[in-house]
Amino acid sequence: MQNIVDREQKVNNFNLFRVTTEPLSMEQITKQVIHANNGAVLTFLGTVRELTHGRRTHYLEYEAYVAMAENSLRQIGEEIADRWPNTITAIHHRIGRLEISDIAVVIAVSTPHRADAYEANRYAIERIKQIVPIWKKEHWDDGSSWIGDQLGQIAYPTGKPEQGDCK
Amino acid sequence: MIKVLFFAHVKEKAGVYEASIDQNLMTVAQIRAYLKTTYEIGESDRVMIAVNEMYADDRREVRSGDVVAVIPPVSGG
Repeated sequence: MQNIVDREQKVNNFNLFRVTTEPLSMEQITKQVIHANNGAVLTFLGTVRELTHGRRTHYLEYEAYVAMAENSLRQIGEEIADRWPNTITAIHHRIGRLEISDIAVVIAVSTPHRADAYEANRYAIERIKQIVPIWKKEHWDDGSSWIGDQLGQIAYPTGKPEQGDCK
Repeated sequence: MIKVLFFAHVKEKAGVYEASIDQNLMTVAQIRAYLKTTYEIGESDRVMIAVNEMYADDRREVRSGDVVAVIPPVSGG
């Protein structure tokens, strides 16, 4: 079964991990991971939040190092397949200007059984916040700022994030 | 020639999105020193360095033709 999943994933790899300026379709991305052998499908949406610690966001701007970001998303998919065998993962991230409640990221996973789906999906969003070269700039009524390191001042002793840094 | 790409806040700090260093061989540590001298991008910016789209540690050697990316803390998702 692993081989079938691997083969299908290779065929679709380009579309499974994507950074785009276009609006994201939860339904299309979820359909990418549906597979006869996987009975659990879980989709996470990250949307643009208006209030952060009481401050009102007007809109967001996302920037990416697109080629590396897509490779990093693909790497996360591979890490997930190693940790939770037979999982199929699709991750799409939107960049450019996004308004409040727009979908910024869609993470869809399918697994044979449900427990792995929750764990794998959670792993994906935590890894995105560590390694994927995408940045958001928050625009408020009274200014703007690039947001960095939402995980809170993690030090990377080797100068780069390691897989073990993700709990 | 080593190509250097800047993103997000370090791009605004450097004032350019792309630069080139006229060297044939440098370590990532030397590139960090160059960034500090030339653009005042130092420890407080907490940047990671990627070489040809892969994160690299300070000992990594960078050669002419390689593409170096200066990556501030990421905030996707």
